[in-house]
Amino acid sequence: MKRYSIFSLARNALGHHANWQAAWRSPEPAAEYDVVIVGGGGHGLATAYYLAKEHGVTNVAVLEKGWLGGGNTGRNTTVVRSNYLWDESSAFYDFSLRLYEGLSKDLNYNVMLSQRGLVMLFHTHHEEMMAQRLAEAMRLGGIDSEILSVSELKKLVPILDTGRDIRYPVRGAVLQRRGGTARHDAVAWGFARAADDRGVDIVQNCAVTGILREGGRVAGVETTRGTIRAKKVGIAVAGHSGVLAGMAGLRLPIESYPLQALVSEPVKPVLDVVINSGTVHVYVSQSDKGELVIGAARDSYNSYAQRGSFPIIEDQMAALVKLFPIFSRLKMMRQWAGIVDVAADASPIIGKTPVEGLYLNGGWGTGGFKATPGSGWCFAWTIAKDEPHDLNAAYTLDRFSSGALIDEHAASGVGH
Amino acid sequence: MLLIECPFCGPRAEVEFRCSGEGHIARPETPENISDEAWADYVYMRTNPKGLHFERWMHQHGCRRWFCVARDTVTHKIRAIYKLGEAKPALDEPKTEGEGA
Ligand SMILES: Cc1cc2nc3c(=O)[nH]c(=O)nc-3n(C[C@H](O)[C@H](O)[C@H](O)COP(=O)(O)OP(=O)(O)OC[C@H]3O[C@@H](n4cnc5c(N)ncnc54)[C@H](O)[C@@H]3O)c2cc1C
Ligand SMILES: [Zn+2]
Repeated sequence: MKRYSIFSLARNALGHHANWQAAWRSPEPAAEYDVVIVGGGGHGLATAYYLAKEHGVTNVAVLEKGWLGGGNTGRNTTVVRSNYLWDESSAFYDFSLRLYEGLSKDLNYNVMLSQRGLVMLFHTHHEEMMAQRLAEAMRLGGIDSEILSVSELKKLVPILDTGRDIRYPVRGAVLQRRGGTARHDAVAWGFARAADDRGVDIVQNCAVTGILREGGRVAGVETTRGTIRAKKVGIAVAGHSGVLAGMAGLRLPIESYPLQALVSEPVKPVLDVVINSGTVHVYVSQSDKGELVIGAARDSYNSYAQRGSFPIIEDQMAALVKLFPIFSRLKMMRQWAGIVDVAADASPIIGKTPVEGLYLNGGWGTGGFKATPGSGWCFAWTIAKDEPHDLNAAYTLDRFSSGALIDEHAASGVGH
Repeated sequence: MLLIECPFCGPRAEVEFRCSGEGHIARPETPENISDEAWADYVYMRTNPKGLHFERWMHQHGCRRWFCVARDTVTHKIRAIYKLGEAKPALDEPKTEGEGA
C-alpha cells in the first residue's frame, strides 16, 4: 500500500492525480477462507481489519451485496459520542471513541474526526433529573460530561431559542466535549484500504443467499457468485440481520425500520456543535460544506424500503424551526433513509450464535456508527478466539433468555 | 403516506394510526412450565420478514380499536385488513426484488 502523506499528495498533483494507486483490489472470491464476513459496511470492514491486525487472521473475505458503505454506514448522520447510562455501554462506547481518536493515524486515512462537542438538551423536569443521572454516571465511568445552564448554553449556541414562551422551553443540556462527528465514507474506505493491505479480500456485488451448515457447524455461504466455503462466518448486515439469521434457521430479538435524515442547502458557519433534543425530537449539526445535517426519530412500522415516511419529516422540521427560528427559510436539498436493526433493549449483539462457527454482529439500531471501530475490534476478538472479550461479554444473544438486558432506550437521546 | 382502511371507520391517513408490530403471537398457555428460551421467544424474538408481514395496528386518533394488517415491508403495499381473532388470510408471498440478498 502506498501511504498517503503531504509528499504523496504533492507528487500526485504533478501527475494531475491520474496515478493514484487503487485504494483496494477487487479480487475474484476464492473457493475457501478461514473467515467470511457478510456485509461490507463499517462494522464488517473494521472486523476484517482487526482480525488481520490484532489476530494475524488474514485469510478473510468481506462479502458485500452492493458497494462498500452503501448501507447505513454511508447514510448516517455521523455523530460519535459515548454518553451512555449503563456500565457495559459506557465502557464499550468510550473504548470505541478512543479508537476513533487514533483512527486516522492508525489507518493512514483521514476520517475527519471532529470533536466539536455534543449537546443534549433537556426541556422538562423529568428529563433534567435523567440528564443529571446520566452526567454523573458518565463521570463515574471516567467519561467527560458537563451540565450546562440555559445561559451557558446560549453562549455556546447563540442561535438556539432559549425563550420561555415556546411550547417546550429549554432548561439546560448535557455536554460531552469529546463527542462530535466523523466522515462516514472515510471510515468505510479507510478500514477497507487498511484491511486489503493486510491481505483481506473485499468482494463487492456479492450477495449471500444461504448459510451452509454441516453437522450443526457452519461450513460456508452460498452467494450470487457461487459457493464460498469458510471455517467461520460473521454476520454484520445491520437492517438485514433478521434475513441472514433466517438463513441459518435463527430468530432474533431485532426488528428493522427506516431511519431517515435530511440535508439543507449550504450556508455560512452558524453551528459548531452537534445539538440534540429528545423531547421535540430533532438533532442537527453543520457539515464542513455548510449543509445542516438533520436527523430524528425512526419510522414507526417495519420496513426494508430505504425511504422514510413523510410525517416524520414534518415533525422534525417543526421541531427544528421551533428551536432555531433562524432556519425557517432554509431549503432542504436531500432526504434518504437507511434500514436500522433495532434490538428489544436498544443495545447491540456482538457474539456467538447457537450455530457453531457462526457469529452475529447486529442490533445497532439508530446508533452504530460511533461504535464502528469498537464493534469491529470486539467482533474480531470473538471470532478469532471463539469467545467474547470483556468489553462485549454482556452483549450476547442469550441475554434475552437470561434477562440480563442492557436497556439503553432512554440514553440514546432521541426517543426511538 | 399510507392510506389505511380502518375496518370500523373507513380510509384514514397513516398519522391517525399506531403500528404495534407483529401480530398472531400467542401467549404460551402455561408460562410457568416453559423454558426461559421459549419465554424469550414469545417476549422478544420476532419474524421481521422482508416481504409479507402480518401486523397489529390501532386506530389511535379515531375509534381506538385494534385490527390486523397484512403488509409488504418492501413496497409497503397493504395486502389485507381483517379483524382481531380472524385467521391469517392466505396470500401468495411475492418474490421481492433482492430477496435473500
Ligand atoms: C439516517 C441514519 C442516521 C444515523 N445516524 C447515526 C449517527 O449519527 N451516529 C451513529 O452512531 N449511528 C447512526 N446511525 C446508525 C449507523 O449508521 C449504523 O448503526 C451503522 O452504520 C451500522 O454499520 P454496519 O456496518 O453494521 O451496517 P451497514 O453499513 O448497513 O452495512 C451492512 C452491509 O451489509 C450488506 N448486506 C446486507 N445483506 C447482505 C447479504 N445478503 N449479502 C452481502 N451483504 C449484505 C449491505 O448492503 C450493507 O452494505 C444512523 C443510521 C441512519 C440510517
Ligand atoms: Zn377506526
